[in-house]
Amino acid sequence: MYQKSILLYLFIFFSFVIQAQDCELAISGKVIDIHDNSPLFGAVVQLVGLNKGVYTDEYGLYKIEGICEGEVQLKVSHPSCEPKTKSIYLKENRQIHFKLEHHLEELNEVLLKGKLYNNESNSSISNQIKTQKLEKFSNASLGDALKSISGVSSLNTGNSIVKPIIQGLHSSRVLVINDNVRLHDQQWGVDHAPNVDINSAANITVIKGASALKYGGDAIGGTIVIEPQKAPIKDTVMGKTILNGSSNGRGGSISTSLIKAKSSGFNYRFQGSLKRLGDLRAPDYQLTNTGQRENNISLGIGLNKIDYGIDFSYRLTNSEIGILRASHIGNARDLVNSINRQEPFFIEDFSYTIDSPQQEVTHQIYKLETFKKLKNLGELSLQYSFQQNNRLEFDIRRGGRGDTPAMDMELKTHTLLTQLEWTSLEGFDSNFGLEFNAQNNFANPNTGVRRLIPDYNMYTAGIFATTAYKVSEGWDLDAGVRYDFNTIDADKFYITSRWENLGYDQLFPEFEIGEDGNQILTNPQFDYHNISATVGASYTFKNDFKLIGNLSSASRAPNPSELFSDGLHHSISSIELGDLQLNSEQSFKAGVGFQGVVEKFGFNIQPYINYIEDFIVLEPNGIETTIRGAFPVYEYRQTNARLYGIDVSANYSFDNLEFSSNFAYVNGRDVEQNEALIHMPPFNVSNTITYSKKEWNNFYISLNSQLVTQQNAFPDNNFRTDIVNTTTGEFEEVEVDVSSTPEAYHLLNFSSGLDFDFDKTKLSINVMINNVLNTNYRDYLNRLRFYADEVGTNAMLQLKLNY
Amino acid sequence: MKTIKTIKLLSLGLLATLVFSACSDDDDAPQVINEEEVITTLNLKLTPEGGGETIDFIYRDLDADGSNPEIISPALSANTTYTGRVQFLNELENPAEDITIEVLEEAEEHQVFYIVEDSLDATPTYTGALDNDGNPIGVEFSLAIGEASQGNFTVILIHEGDKNVPGASEGDLSPEVGGETDIEVTFDVTVE
Repeated sequence: MYQKSILLYLFIFFSFVIQAQDCELAISGKVIDIHDNSPLFGAVVQLVGLNKGVYTDEYGLYKIEGICEGEVQLKVSHPSCEPKTKSIYLKENRQIHFKLEHHLEELNEVLLKGKLYNNESNSSISNQIKTQKLEKFSNASLGDALKSISGVSSLNTGNSIVKPIIQGLHSSRVLVINDNVRLHDQQWGVDHAPNVDINSAANITVIKGASALKYGGDAIGGTIVIEPQKAPIKDTVMGKTILNGSSNGRGGSISTSLIKAKSSGFNYRFQGSLKRLGDLRAPDYQLTNTGQRENNISLGIGLNKIDYGIDFSYRLTNSEIGILRASHIGNARDLVNSINRQEPFFIEDFSYTIDSPQQEVTHQIYKLETFKKLKNLGELSLQYSFQQNNRLEFDIRRGGRGDTPAMDMELKTHTLLTQLEWTSLEGFDSNFGLEFNAQNNFANPNTGVRRLIPDYNMYTAGIFATTAYKVSEGWDLDAGVRYDFNTIDADKFYITSRWENLGYDQLFPEFEIGEDGNQILTNPQFDYHNISATVGASYTFKNDFKLIGNLSSASRAPNPSELFSDGLHHSISSIELGDLQLNSEQSFKAGVGFQGVVEKFGFNIQPYINYIEDFIVLEPNGIETTIRGAFPVYEYRQTNARLYGIDVSANYSFDNLEFSSNFAYVNGRDVEQNEALIHMPPFNVSNTITYSKKEWNNFYISLNSQLVTQQNAFPDNNFRTDIVNTTTGEFEEVEVDVSSTPEAYHLLNFSSGLDFDFDKTKLSINVMINNVLNTNYRDYLNRLRFYADEVGTNAMLQLKLNY
Repeated sequence: MKTIKTIKLLSLGLLATLVFSACSDDDDAPQVINEEEVITTLNLKLTPEGGGETIDFIYRDLDADGSNPEIISPALSANTTYTGRVQFLNELENPAEDITIEVLEEAEEHQVFYIVEDSLDATPTYTGALDNDGNPIGVEFSLAIGEASQGNFTVILIHEGDKNVPGASEGDLSPEVGGETDIEVTFDVTVE
């Protein structure tokens, strides 16, 4: 959105020609809300291109003085309204009144700070999803919504655990920022979905690269910025309720939000959602144990004045997710059987019950933030947040232990963030910030299963400076640099024989504390220094086209899983071993964005190249035969990687029809071993045709076609192992094919809807049918693709009420 | 006036920081976790029918991670029928926990299969009590040994497999049995 407004701004700027002589003129007037004629306080009235602007006072009045005679263009904007512009030829003092159209959906444009232009990511290559589109995913997940952006895919575990992939990278390489708080929710796990209630988001921006340094320096892949609905500074109550029902899973969700705001700046906010779904269904069979339950709530209270403010918020997400029963297997022989079987072994009748294997995750965020505008300096803000993540994973266990979690982790993170936005230097908008982080991970020993991730304390300190500079009409430059220090202090029990086999008794004798039975207690301590930087420029052409170039370098310390992981994963029947000797990854990414509109045709082209030194990959390295049978052992390796690709979106409209098209291509290679990187999204194209007619209650009908090709560039991670032939009793060497990728697939999705306006409320009805043709398919980026097909047709009905 | 308010608000924020920080976890050494469900040891006790010394086959891996297993596979006598019983132990517990009891308690969910390589002249047959569905559990069996020969003898414990698949009750482990493998151990057996 902000890009659009910049475009508009610049467009208006260019159409303005200076013809002034007399510079003593003034324009004054009143800005009111078109709905209730109430004065709009805090609206910005600007003289486009003249660097002159004022805020309206509490009576909605404004006055701009010292204007030269000639043609001037006025732009009025208000956080909760659609901006308006007006051109006049000014010869004498004039009074001009504006009536602004309220725009509930866009309330978010206003940040807590009352800041109107978001300049900090000037040259970022980014895309945004707004409320209207997000609402369609009210019944789905964050990852599902993000996939509608070209260049964003997802790594799934089943159908409910959806991790976003930005331009080929995911998990610890993607930062998720929810309401200005960086999520620390055990994000290293590929089967750990981000703990965000999609219904709490009003808009989501995906920054493709590390250019948003204020959020962190380790965004090797990118940053996802989620902003909730903000309260306007006016007397109002805004509410919204969405009801969803879906045929597949035979359940649905309800989400409601309420914001009460006062013109004094005081506001309180409530948002909550519930979701209940039973077992999903693939075209040919039930996906047993794939139900899910979600309970989410967020509360906020704040005082928001123009020059200072304070805000407190609390968020809770709680989800229980069943994991396909058939994906829990024993050893390599079971894996081979599962792959050959072509359909899940466990297929039972539909049920709402969630049994093991399952996850139950609760994430809570407490946040207190405050800001103050300082005269002749800028704005100072301080934010403290506390996050607590409780993750329980239940496994199929013997001896009635099924109710005891096999993994029980509690991650607590305190973050203190202070920032100074310095705007007093003409033409510059600079940010300086400090961030401190204290994190504690505690793995409950009552599980009776050795810890996958040990207890640890981690402390980080970050310092950053960024600046944006307007060089001249059309030209903008920005740059930033960030340094992070990271120290981790873990207490971990290794099986003594494992510690010795890995050679750690020679490499790290200083970590050894003492032995306990067949285990050795160690105290690994590591420090990491990470430097990240970004520089970029954007140029806006006279015809409105905009070209952005951005270079960024991000640096990421290895995560706890990469360092310490130690155990058996039942879903891929593999033993995974961390590596204490890993270094930080450092990426160098160059991205270009070229966007524009020619009459009814719009386009956005984003090519990029990302070179990553010491890229951490996980791959099979040998077989271990235990009393349970044979397992491949996955170990981490560091290499140099190179990714390049292009994301394109375009749309064309005429009359009531609109065509839009997205496609994305990425190619990732391990340049040391000259082989493809794993889990690179295959080339995919999405085309949508929509017919809409405003006169018929905003009627629309839309058909979407989605083509995902087969990924032919993948690493050969197949492993050979001797498997006993259960008929002859002989051992036969079998190649276990865990690398081959599923065939291309094509899906059709349908949606349609109507709006009804009542006195003070608006009702929207939407019908959506996904996978209309009930196509059988498997997706390369689903980790459970060995066991079952993806879901079949899902018809959904959505009722939305705004009040 | 406003400044005072702001200072109040800011100090409130700082106070909250301190309060929250103060309740973070203490830094004690963690408690050791001994895997509860681990099976470290498989004992196969074979007693010649009509009397004689019991022969013990043992697979023992006290680290439970495959690094240093101890495998004892004594020779069997030709033309002898043995009464067999398999035992699963967790020897990390003291005294050792007998997992076989759990297997018998959850009999409908478990079955032990004995896979004999073609080159080994041996025929296992399920004996012992059936589960509540009338299917064998496989903990007890008899092993009829023929002529002198040599080959693999594999013991597999399947959890939540389909015990009603044709052949399963005779001890044929076809892929249709499915389930998940809890134990899979192979002995190289010589018949003298």
